[in-house]
Amino acid sequence: MLVDTTRCTGCRGCQVACKQWNEKPGESTTYSPTGSNPPRLGVKTWTYVDFRPAERTNGQLTWSFVKRQCMHCLDPACASACPVQALTKTKEGPVIYRVERCFGCRYCMVACPFDVLRFEWDSANPAIQKCQFCFDRIEDGKEPACAKTCPTDAIVFGEREALLEEAKTRVYGQPAKYVQRIYGEKEAGGTSWLYVSDVPFEDLGLPTNVKERAYPELTKGFLVGVPLVLLAWPVALAGVNALVKLRERGLNKGNGHDGEDGQGGSQ
Amino acid sequence: MTVLSQRRSWFSDKILMGQTLPRYLRSLLTPFNVIAALIVGVGLWLSVLRYWHGLGAVTNLTDSTPWGLWIGFDVLVGVSLAGGGYMLASAVYIFRLEQYRPVVRPAVLTGFLGYFFVAVAILFDLGRPWRLPYPFFYMGVMSVMFLIAWHVFLYLTCQFVEFSPAVFEWLGWKKLRKWAVSVALPFTIFGVMLSTLHQSALGALFLLAPERLHPLWYSPLIPLYFFVSSMGAGLAMVIFESTLSHRIFSSQLAGGRHHDIGGLTLGMGKAAAAVLFLYFWLKVLGIMHGNHWDLLGTAMGGWFLLEMLGGILLPCILFLWAVQTHNVRLVRFASVLTVAGIVLNRLNVAVIAFNWNLPGHYYPRWSEVVITISLFTLLVVAFRWIVNRMPVLRDHPDYPGGH
Repeated sequence: MLVDTTRCTGCRGCQVACKQWNEKPGESTTYSPTGSNPPRLGVKTWTYVDFRPAERTNGQLTWSFVKRQCMHCLDPACASACPVQALTKTKEGPVIYRVERCFGCRYCMVACPFDVLRFEWDSANPAIQKCQFCFDRIEDGKEPACAKTCPTDAIVFGEREALLEEAKTRVYGQPAKYVQRIYGEKEAGGTSWLYVSDVPFEDLGLPTNVKERAYPELTKGFLVGVPLVLLAWPVALAGVNALVKLRERGLNKGNGHDGEDGQGGSQ
Repeated sequence: MTVLSQRRSWFSDKILMGQTLPRYLRSLLTPFNVIAALIVGVGLWLSVLRYWHGLGAVTNLTDSTPWGLWIGFDVLVGVSLAGGGYMLASAVYIFRLEQYRPVVRPAVLTGFLGYFFVAVAILFDLGRPWRLPYPFFYMGVMSVMFLIAWHVFLYLTCQFVEFSPAVFEWLGWKKLRKWAVSVALPFTIFGVMLSTLHQSALGALFLLAPERLHPLWYSPLIPLYFFVSSMGAGLAMVIFESTLSHRIFSSQLAGGRHHDIGGLTLGMGKAAAAVLFLYFWLKVLGIMHGNHWDLLGTAMGGWFLLEMLGGILLPCILFLWAVQTHNVRLVRFASVLTVAGIVLNRLNVAVIAFNWNLPGHYYPRWSEVVITISLFTLLVVAFRWIVNRMPVLRDHPDYPGGH
């Protein structure tokens, strides 16, 4: 998916389409000081358009509109954090959530560098809520509801490779207009959603402290060490125990009396 | 008829400690028990709210701070302080340091109950606790949390086997006791493997949150920090808890075997000093590796130095000094300081330095604190119930010196 904020008019059609297709109820909201409504992602709101006063690269003041939702990382932190495979990366691209597996540990929320996961805090049977990339539509060969409804083609659906090419053509072809960076190309090891913009991404509120390497790499080293410990410890500890016993036997022989072996613990 | 009277006498003997039911119930009316019942009563009411209305009804947790006091204190602190179980079990069964045998059972019992209540705390924290066994069906093998789920389950089983000789002696089941004693060594080794991995895994959880955890606490070495500090925490806890037990349950020791608790305390103090020394330098290494010296001048840096100097270096020096001067009381004081330092560290990682830069930082709601206190109260009550009945601090008459 490619989002071009220069084309977005802030109509919020994508917000409405998302709610309609995914049967998400409305929520009672108010405008944020800058005009966003609702002002953040929520358990009933998988996507929203963030309204941001900002300055273009050419110094002109503007009101930028940036659609926010799950970024659908290529190698998602949330899926690597999930102990029950409730969150998985599909081969088509969407990172999907299966509520029937989730037991609510919320490690995915701790792990997500984009802070997009929402939890039903007020439910006795809570679930995680996040954009599913309209996986059901994609499986049917249709594009996601938000892209389908977008009247200005600010949201374009396609293969990531092709969209990345398109983004590069726009950004590097018009250096006076666009910020010379494609958000999502490298963030968190690359995401399925890509953003191009005429204002700096930090002014759009997109997290710019996200690492460029894939997050699961951060715990991979530890997990690789696990089998090593499983193999090395028993050998080492049993070895130490055998040595200690040998020494005891030697000492007892030297002192000329029987050992006190066999009283308790070890055989 | 005879069966009934036999059963009653068994019940009276094992459960009521030889008293009749009315007398036993009257003996329960102590100030400690009344206060404990009040705390647990409030905790029960809050539990109803939590399971009826969801986590939002009793906690201050939010989407940006999804973990709070229950993970930071109940789980992280609980598991680290329960580290005494594997430390003492390996000292006696693997390294065969026989002199520590008198403190093995209380240490293993503390460890077992510690983990048991960690598991209970997880049932409060999980959104859908009735799905606790799901990690055994849906294997998220790339998840650190998956590893922890398996390990806490396996280690609880393992610790039960390690402690079971005391249970079987109490019940008089000689064959099972013999079996349980014979498997002590393999189960201890298995327990050390599991402890090494899940103590460090609890730290490794936070490897995935490099932006959320303050750089002074975030380090690629954090699994190692958690493991090494759990050794210190476990030792300190055994020192602290054996002192308390020997004071509170002194009647159990009267006439029994007298062991040199002072000498054991000094020995454990020496080991704790070594562990804390290693832990301190590993933490310094982390700062060097990340080149975060400049952050030490900030407010969070001051807080970090408090943990480093007051919670690690100071108890380390005190342990050394106490061992040199054979000052048992000072060892005990240093162990309390060590425990406080570990509590501070785990709370820093999970709560205080986590999302440190977020406006409107999380702090626990009173109801979270009360549920935590209730669980701790239940742990103390369970410990007392078991120590009063089973041969934990004293020897069973049939097995003198046998535990």
